[in-house]
Amino acid sequence: MFFPVPDFKGFDFFPHNLRLPFMRYKGLCFVISLVCMAASLGLYFTKGLNYGVDFIGGSLIEVQHKNGPADLAAMREKLNALGIGSVQIQSFGADTDVLIRVEQQKGGEADQQVAMKKVVEALGPEYTQRRIEVVGPAVSSELRRTGLIAVFASLIAICVYVWFRFEWQFAAGCVLALLHDVLVTVGIFSALGLEFDLSIVAALLTILGYSVNDSVVVSDRIRENLRKYKRMDLTELLNISINETLSRTILTGMTAIAGILALLVFGGEVIRNFSFAMLLGILIGTYSSVFIAAPLLGYLGVKRETIGAAPKTKEAAPVIAPASTAGADRAKAAAGGAKKAVR
Amino acid sequence: MLHFERWKVIAVVLVCLAGVLFTLPNFFAKETVEKWPWWLPHKQLPLGLDLQGGAHLLLAMDTKELEKDWLNALRDDARRQLREAKVGFSGLGVVGGAVQVKITKPEDMEKALAALKKLIQPIGSSILASGGNDVSVETTAADTITITPTPQGMQHRVSSAASAAIETVDRRVNALGTSESTVVRQGSDRILVQFPGLQDTKQLKDLIGQTAKLTFHAVHPTMTPEEAKQTRPPLGYKVYPSAEGDGRSYILQESPIVSGEDLTDAQPGFDQRTNEPIISFRFNNSGARKFGNYTKDNVGQPFAIVLDDKVLSAPVIREPILGGSGQISGQFTVDSANTLAVQLRSGALPTKLTVVEERTVGPSLGADSIEAGKLAGLVGCLATAVLTILAYGTFGVFAVVGLIVHGFLIIALMTIIGTTLTLPGIAGFVLTIGMAVDANVLIYERIREELRAGKTAIAAIDQGFQRAWITILDSQLTTLAAAIIMFWLGSGPIRGFAVTLTIGILTSVFAAVTVTRLLVSLWIKSKGKSRIVEVPV
Repeated sequence: MFFPVPDFKGFDFFPHNLRLPFMRYKGLCFVISLVCMAASLGLYFTKGLNYGVDFIGGSLIEVQHKNGPADLAAMREKLNALGIGSVQIQSFGADTDVLIRVEQQKGGEADQQVAMKKVVEALGPEYTQRRIEVVGPAVSSELRRTGLIAVFASLIAICVYVWFRFEWQFAAGCVLALLHDVLVTVGIFSALGLEFDLSIVAALLTILGYSVNDSVVVSDRIRENLRKYKRMDLTELLNISINETLSRTILTGMTAIAGILALLVFGGEVIRNFSFAMLLGILIGTYSSVFIAAPLLGYLGVKRETIGAAPKTKEAAPVIAPASTAGADRAKAAAGGAKKAVR
Repeated sequence: MLHFERWKVIAVVLVCLAGVLFTLPNFFAKETVEKWPWWLPHKQLPLGLDLQGGAHLLLAMDTKELEKDWLNALRDDARRQLREAKVGFSGLGVVGGAVQVKITKPEDMEKALAALKKLIQPIGSSILASGGNDVSVETTAADTITITPTPQGMQHRVSSAASAAIETVDRRVNALGTSESTVVRQGSDRILVQFPGLQDTKQLKDLIGQTAKLTFHAVHPTMTPEEAKQTRPPLGYKVYPSAEGDGRSYILQESPIVSGEDLTDAQPGFDQRTNEPIISFRFNNSGARKFGNYTKDNVGQPFAIVLDDKVLSAPVIREPILGGSGQISGQFTVDSANTLAVQLRSGALPTKLTVVEERTVGPSLGADSIEAGKLAGLVGCLATAVLTILAYGTFGVFAVVGLIVHGFLIIALMTIIGTTLTLPGIAGFVLTIGMAVDANVLIYERIREELRAGKTAIAAIDQGFQRAWITILDSQLTTLAAAIIMFWLGSGPIRGFAVTLTIGILTSVFAAVTVTRLLVSLWIKSKGKSRIVEVPV
C-alpha cells in the first residue's frame, strides 16, 4: 500500500537524561513567587490599573488623519480647551492614527454624548473616525463586577475539577499557581501602565485555562509515578515527574507562543494589549506549574496509599497495585477511589 | 487503540469532508456563493461589528419615569373610580411609591375600598400562569386607603414597556434604510441596537433620543401663566413650558383632546406661504372625530400642540378642522422635521431612552482588522506547523493534517451555529491552533518515552496514544470549564472569544486524538505491522 509521506524522524531537541534539580530550589522559587505576588498586590493598591473605558466609563475615539501624520500637540491644545476634563491623546500604531480618551463626565450618560460631540467637532473634517467607544457609569461598574466574578468563578471551577480528579493537595497547588499567574500578570500591567480592559479579562481567563493545563499534565504524571515507584522519596519523585514532562511543557509553550507572537506582531493595534497579556500569561503560567504547583506538593505531602492503591482494595493499605499496566479506565477509577478514601 | 473499523474510518472522513464543505462559502464573495447550486452550503460566517464596521448602542429605559407615569395613571383611575362610586374623598395624591387617598365619611370606607379594588389587575395573560396582582389596595389608617404597586407589578410594567420600546425603536431604526439592523432586549430594562455599516451615529441617536409623545391640549381660556404661578393652576390644568426655550409657558388642560396614538401618518414638508419646514399629519377616524368636534365647539380659542410635555405651538382655531389632517409648525429645520416625522410615524416610546454604551467601528478599521487577523492567523498556523514537523517528523505531518482539520471544523461549526466572527474570536482561533498541538505533543512525547524505555515500535505507539488520552481529557476539560464560565458571565468581546475557544477545544480533541490516530493507523497498515522497527517521530 502506498503512503504519500516519506518517513523521517523529528528533531528531539530535549536532553532527556538531564535531571534538573527543580525541587532543590523550591524554597527560593517560593520566596521569589511570593515576593512577586506581594509586589503585584502592592502595585495594584498603590499605583492601580490603567483601566480602559470598559471599566471606568468615559469615551474613547480613534481617529485617522486623512493625509499625513497627525499633529498631536495641536490636537492636545484644542481638546484641552474644550473643558471636558482630562483628555489623553496618544499615537496609535501608525503616525496618522491617534487614540483619544476622555474621562467620565460628571453629569452621567447624556453628558458623555455631549462631550463626544464636542471632540468630533473640534477635530474638524481632516480626521476620520475609526472607532468610538462610550461607556456610561452603570455599564462600566457592571462590566467590572462581572469581569471579577468571571475570573474568580473560573478559578473555583478549575479547583473543584482538580480536587475531584486528584486530591486536595493538587487543587491547593493549582489554585496557588493560578492566583500567582493572575496577580503577576495584573501586576505587570499595573507597573507598565498598560490599558486594562475587557479583552484583558478574556486573556486572564485563557491564561488560567492554559496554566491549569500545564499543572494538570504534571499532576497526572505525579499520580502515575506515585503508583509506579512505591518507595521513592516524594521530593525525588516530584522532581522526576517535572523532568519527565518538561519536554512537553517546553514544546507546547513554544507552539502557543508562536501563535501569540503572530497575533502580537501582525494582529493589529486593537488586540496588541490582549496579545501581550497572553504572552506574559503563558510564560508566567509555564513557570508557575513547574515551580509552584508541583513543588507545593513537597510541602503539603500526598497520601500515597490513597493515590497508589487499586480501587477495589482501598481498605487494605499495603496491597501493591499493578500500576505499570494501569490503563485509562483504571486510572479514572483509582482517582474516584482516592477521593472517597480521602474523605 | 490503533485498530479502526471500516465504518469508523468512513465516519471520520465524512466529518472532515463536511468540515471543508461548510467552511467553503467563507472563502468566496457573497455574490459568488449565491450562484452556487442548491446542494452546496450557502451559509457564511457573519462578521462582527468590529470587523465589518458598524454601530452598537446599548439603551437604558428610565424605570423611575415609568414608575412615576404609572403612579399618576393610578391616581387618575382612583379618582374616576371614587367619583363613579359617589364616595367623598380628599387629599388624593402620590406619596412616596404609592397613591394615597383620604375618605371623608367613615361609613364610605367599605364602598371606597370595593371601588378601588377594581383597579387590581392580575399579571400574566393566561389563567394558569398566576403571577399575582399588579397593585395592592389596603387600608393604612382609619380613613386612608393606599394603593401600592407590587414588585412583580413593577417588573411586569418594565417588561412590557421594554417590549413596546423595542418595537418602536425597531421601526425608527428601520426608517434609516438597511434592514440588517437588529434590536434586541438585554436584561430587564435595556435594549441593544446593532447597526452594521453605520458609522455616523448622530442621526440614529437623534431618532431614538426622543420619546416623541405628541398631544393636543385645550388652553385655559382666561388664566395667564403669571397668575398660575402666584396661585395654583385650577384642577385638571397644568403649566407647560414652551419648546423654544424662551421661558414662555402655557396653562393647558392635563388630559389631551387627541394624542399621537390616533395619528396614522406624519410627513415632513414645507409651509406654502412661509416656506418653513413643517410636518403634516393625518388622524385616524376616532382621532379625526374627536379633533373635529373640539375645533367646531371652540372656534376663536387657542389650542396647544405639545411634544414630550413641551408646547410646540399654540395656534388659534380659525375654523373647524374636520378632515382629520393638519400641520405642525414650530421652528423646525429640514433635518429635525424629518426626524420628528419618523418618530411620530413609529409611535411614542414608553419612556426616555439613554445611551449607556456606544461602540462604533468605522469600515476602514474593520477592514484593517480583518487583514491583520488573516495575516496573524496564517503566520501563527504556519509557525505552529513548521515547529510541529521539525519536532516530530512524519508523525508531525500527521499532527499538522489534524490541525488543518481542526481549523476547518472550527470555522464550519461556527458557520453552522451562526456565531459572529469578531476580532477576539480570531485571536481565540489562533490560540486554539497553538494549544491544539498540545494533545499531539503529549502523545508523541509519550511515544518517545516508551521507546526510550525499550518498548517495540508498535507497543510504544499504542501506549503513547493510550496513556496520553487521560491527560488530554483532563487538561482539555479544565480549559473547557474556564471557557464555559467565560461564556456564561462574559459580555461582548469575552463572549465571542469564549465561543471560539469552546468549539476549538472540542474540535482539537477530535483532530489530535481521532484524526491523527487514524493517520498513524493507516501508516502502520501501509507498512505492515511486523516490518516496523523505527517510529518516525
